[in-house]
Amino acid sequence: MEVLDAALPVLAATLRLATPLLLAALAGLVSERAGIVDVGLEGKMLVGAFAAAAVAAVTGQAVPGLLAGIGAACLLGLVHAYASIALNGSQVVSGMAINIIASGLTATLALIWFRQGGQTPPLPPGARFLSVVLPGTEALAGVPVLGRVYATLLGGQTALAYLAFALVPVSAYVLGRTRFGLRLRACGEHPAAADTAGVSVARLRCAAVLIASVLCGIAGASIATAQGAGFQRDMVSGRGFIALAAMILGGWRPWPTLLACLGFGLLDAAAIRLQGVAVPGIGQFPVQALQALPYGLTVVLLAGFVGRTVPPRASGVPYVKER
Amino acid sequence: MSGAPAAALPHWVDLALLPLLNLLLALAITAGLMLLTGNDPVVALTALAMGSLGSADAVGYTLYYATDMAFAGLAVAVAFQGGLFNIGAEGQAVLAGIGVALAALHGEALPAALLLPLAVLAGAACGAAYAAVPGWLQARRGSHIVITTIMFNFLAASLLVYLVVNVLIAPGSMSPETRRFAAAADLPSLSALGFPSSAPVNLALPLALLAAGAVWLLVWRTPWGYALRVAGESAEVARYAGIDQARMTVLVMALSGALASGVAVNELLGAQHRLLLGFTGGYGFTGIAVALMGRNHPAGVLLAALLFGALTQGGAELAFEAPDVPTEIVVLIQGLVILLTGALGNMLRPALLRALRRRGG
Repeated sequence: MEVLDAALPVLAATLRLATPLLLAALAGLVSERAGIVDVGLEGKMLVGAFAAAAVAAVTGQAVPGLLAGIGAACLLGLVHAYASIALNGSQVVSGMAINIIASGLTATLALIWFRQGGQTPPLPPGARFLSVVLPGTEALAGVPVLGRVYATLLGGQTALAYLAFALVPVSAYVLGRTRFGLRLRACGEHPAAADTAGVSVARLRCAAVLIASVLCGIAGASIATAQGAGFQRDMVSGRGFIALAAMILGGWRPWPTLLACLGFGLLDAAAIRLQGVAVPGIGQFPVQALQALPYGLTVVLLAGFVGRTVPPRASGVPYVKER
Repeated sequence: MSGAPAAALPHWVDLALLPLLNLLLALAITAGLMLLTGNDPVVALTALAMGSLGSADAVGYTLYYATDMAFAGLAVAVAFQGGLFNIGAEGQAVLAGIGVALAALHGEALPAALLLPLAVLAGAACGAAYAAVPGWLQARRGSHIVITTIMFNFLAASLLVYLVVNVLIAPGSMSPETRRFAAAADLPSLSALGFPSSAPVNLALPLALLAAGAVWLLVWRTPWGYALRVAGESAEVARYAGIDQARMTVLVMALSGALASGVAVNELLGAQHRLLLGFTGGYGFTGIAVALMGRNHPAGVLLAALLFGALTQGGAELAFEAPDVPTEIVVLIQGLVILLTGALGNMLRPALLRALRRRGG
């Protein structure tokens, strides 16, 4: 029982913290499998978070906020698509520019519109995505272990969390088992072959960038209106890059990416839990070490010291049709 | 970096007109946003200009920020010349700061004539080493330098927080910073040149100018620099010419990291005189904008650094002159410049080409 008491809150926090990571990692995955590198996940999540919080604050409802977040992220996605598909520009530079634009734009608009030092007003419960109470929670409440696991781990998450986890099998199926998915992957591996087969590389890559933008918008909304209760300056704070790391650790595949996101969520939850805890011999627990672990792991894995991950072959390479 | 072959434009268009047009476009977009949100762009832009150039004090601050931008811009530009995209200047500056601080804190007994060069060299060595690792990983292990340097930025930030909060913090201090460095480690201010002593511009500024000159000599006037540019232009040609590309990648990154260390020198030895969190202020990323705007050439980088230094200083003054326009608008302008000059570089090109052809140019 005591183990359960200690573990359940950490595991529930893991799922909560993994949600935006998972959405963003899937976004990066879809985009890169189509051949478009996306280091702008962070920026798209940030505008998503801001738009979601701003509209939720004005309308007092969460769903219009979510839609606004998706819309805002898609606008930035269109910029990325225009730069990297229509103009064959550098995808990495475009992504970095989007991150910096998002940081400046959201802080500017937040200050001009809400005049609260760069935040949106705190959201009332009605304007947020709250934890869902699953049917049957009461009936199971009496059952020893299962009752509590059902109430706080399986249940008790927000609608966006369930959506995020449901998207793992969906994306695995769409990418791996449908014609659209096959074509999308072809554009990321060998665009010239896809082109020869009559597939419009530009259109498919554009579709992938927009799907990624929708996912980033949802991820941003989940940070500002599900985990948090309003927008704060630069509140995504590097999660876009952790998501990128999770995608790489997951080898650009949905299920392993889910595992990586859960692992990073657990690290984050543990870091929060261990803040200020004294460790015999070391003194205060070095929380920074836990926070740095995802980045370090990514470097080690990419360098092929442990295992090997292979990115989509044509990712990051603009496709110029032969004339 | 762009995929399509650049259509041939006259030199002056490529080097001066295009960057200028892109800057004007970025300012126009920002002005449009201000109009949409009910602010007067003329008032804000005037405040930006006056705040950055309107007084000797303002110019002193502008040059101080421009020093950071110049070092960061040179770091990114050198890597670009070698065909590498170094997003890690921020992290390299952080590591350099740790090196600078360790030297300054441990060498307190030394006279200024020894301590200052020691601290500068320690910073450069740390920055170079921290940049060489991603270079080596790309050259020998095939991991992409963009991703590695991004991850290295976060690793550096975590290390800085750990060291400052848990190890180097001044005893009894409430804020996360080390004790003040010895006065012998203060870079002299430029008040001798007529800047008011309140302005933080310091000896790091002439150092930045020297660094720009040295980069120009090294990259454009030596055989090694020629090899660097060949490797940056085409990996195939470099291989055919017998250039050791792995070695080149590591060396270019080390040079880039050493240049990025100038940010730490300007900030820590020139202005703050202690190691503190967040001293790099995102200049490593602004360096990308500076390098792109300056066409990866030292002279261009210096001009662009001046521009971005002025924007930063002017942005800080906005709070007094146009309180309704937030300082953060400067970040937006920086992002737009990166987008327009870097990723959308091919947007204005065809139109310009057509316009020039029509004039019979």
